[in-house]
Amino acid sequence: MNELAAAIPWLGKRNPTAARWLILVIALVAPVIAWQFGRSWVRILDFALLYMMLAMGLNLVVGFAGLLDLGYIAFYAVGAYTFAFLASPHFDVHLPFWAILPLGAGFAAMAGIMLGFPVLRLRGDYLAIVTLGFGEIVRIFMLNLNYPVNITNGPQGINMIDPINLFGWDLSRNLQIGENFSINSLFLYYYFFLLAVAGSIVFVHRLQISRVGRAWAAMRDDELAAKAIGINTRNMKLLAFSLGATFGGLSGCLFGAFQGFVSPESFSLMESIAVLTMVVFGGMGNIAGALVGAFVLALLPEILRDVAVPLQQTLFGHVLLDPEVLRMLLLSLAMILMMLLRPAGLIPARARYSHDHHLSNKLKQEAAK
Amino acid sequence: MTPRTVVRVMPARLMDPTAAPDWRLVRLGKGIMETLIQQLINGLVIGSVYALIALGYTMVYGILGLINFAHGDVLMVGALVALQTMTFLMGMAPGMSPLVMLSIALLVAIVVCMLLGFTMERLAYRRLRNAPRLAPLITAIGVSFLLQTIAMIIWGRNYHTYPQLISTTPLQPIEGVFITPVQITIIFGSAALMIGLLLLVNRTKIGRAMRATAENHRVASLMGVDTNAVIAFTFVIGAGLAAVAGVMFASNYGIAHYGMGFMPGLKAFTAAVLGGIGNLGGAMLGGIVLGVVESFGAGYIENLTFGFLNSSYQDIFAFLILGLVLIFRPTGLLGERVSDRA
Repeated sequence: MNELAAAIPWLGKRNPTAARWLILVIALVAPVIAWQFGRSWVRILDFALLYMMLAMGLNLVVGFAGLLDLGYIAFYAVGAYTFAFLASPHFDVHLPFWAILPLGAGFAAMAGIMLGFPVLRLRGDYLAIVTLGFGEIVRIFMLNLNYPVNITNGPQGINMIDPINLFGWDLSRNLQIGENFSINSLFLYYYFFLLAVAGSIVFVHRLQISRVGRAWAAMRDDELAAKAIGINTRNMKLLAFSLGATFGGLSGCLFGAFQGFVSPESFSLMESIAVLTMVVFGGMGNIAGALVGAFVLALLPEILRDVAVPLQQTLFGHVLLDPEVLRMLLLSLAMILMMLLRPAGLIPARARYSHDHHLSNKLKQEAAK
Repeated sequence: MTPRTVVRVMPARLMDPTAAPDWRLVRLGKGIMETLIQQLINGLVIGSVYALIALGYTMVYGILGLINFAHGDVLMVGALVALQTMTFLMGMAPGMSPLVMLSIALLVAIVVCMLLGFTMERLAYRRLRNAPRLAPLITAIGVSFLLQTIAMIIWGRNYHTYPQLISTTPLQPIEGVFITPVQITIIFGSAALMIGLLLLVNRTKIGRAMRATAENHRVASLMGVDTNAVIAFTFVIGAGLAAVAGVMFASNYGIAHYGMGFMPGLKAFTAAVLGGIGNLGGAMLGGIVLGVVESFGAGYIENLTFGFLNSSYQDIFAFLILGLVLIFRPTGLLGERVSDRA
């Protein structure tokens, strides 16, 4: 797991073991520190963890397999809506958390395969646009399937979703220990999500160094050559889509339960783009990159919100750029500047399984001569 | 993810004015035949706007192999700049004739968009010409959202009513079929522009340089073509067409908004793919076909699905067509080139 250590600059290269311990400590105490600034910050950290899971899932598709997916948030929506259907007063069904989780993941994976099959032959930019269309179609259905039969409750979304309940332990209630000590529900969610992220890291890491991961890397770098050495690119693409979608579905379930409310508004194209920016910003094709990208880009807009608004008020007397605008500005600039200045991302993927751009450019130049 | 997302999701009708074609007009028509002709007219109008936008996509794709994702947002900038100019002129010279006012606004919008197209190419895309395949596309997405954000800062998030300088009183050429002077202007205006573009590409020196560059950059530059200038010129022309399309689009629906460029941009891309990307005639044909299919689809979907789906699903047609074309005939209706770049 040396790769994870790369998330810590400097120390990660010198002493990976220390860096890994540092990450663990940071992850464990982060909510306690955030609590000092107010409970909303713990909530933001919870969301940051969900974004990390999403980024890791999208990284499987975009970074490992090289398939640009602009409709990724649709899988997230499938997970969230599955949870909302099966654990809310909307249909008056209340299945237990552990029963819905595999269902949500399964539906999302099925959606991934459904999207994957028709687009197998497409590459690069065409694929991107078609997946974008897929995401929009899902959103249009979410918005409009409240008529003539009310399935999704349209733009209003679904309310009062059951919280996560681990074998009778309700995470939405503060945990009372003894007389006068209690742990806030936001902390419980944080540590639960942290466990989920940790599990995903282990899984994705094992996947990356497995036969499948190597096949993806080969396919990403040269599809024709990958085929020639006997890789079944069709199955590998479908696997990438469905595994990526599974991650989306799982985090969607967690999101629905945590937020207690889902509506089509949370699954707009902007969110797909936001997750993509996280992957691109952190560095495509490596776990640490996706994690750091998600963490930074989930937190930065919130910090900006706290800093920029009062700053503008003192400077101009009124708020010139509201936080939403700042977030969009930040994401779009991050995407453009990163591609122009540092296309491999904050933490470039290690050369081991990645395409060697330097070498390929050299070869190209020689071929041109 | 968080409840306060940036792109505010409106009901489909508000988010994308195309979702609501002139139903008032459609409903007025009584007979089946009248409805049919009415749908055809509505489709032709919106289709010719799609065609104009699609030309920009297809020219850039033909030359660079790049999907200029931000092209739809250039359209939005065009519409809003024209709106700003018209508002300004109305304040300065209230007595000015509407046609003169519209021409000035169009001219300003075209110039601003051309500058924008030039800047985009120069600052963002040129440096990525030899980068790995995904990099320019991701940058283009970034540019698209950057433009939207800037427009949001300048013009706010509200929907602006678009001044109607050409009459919108419907005419009735056939009993029960309605067409407004704005729509007539759109059809003829875009036809004239398309003919102009075809002449430019096929008959002039710069047009020949464009075709040569599309064929092969290196050889073209060996033959003395300044390929950088040609590429910049292509962006500029595409952006100019988009500016006109933006004004037409906003006039047709009477609304302008910072996010208005996204859907028509996507649909125009679909049109370009449908016609065969890189092929000018294809883009025009694709635009018209898409507009008509969409108009008929939205008009009849309710009957076809026994009331289960209604016209709010109109946007789905474009995506379905895109998917089907790419799967079954990736070269499009008129495309011959089988490009491995896709």
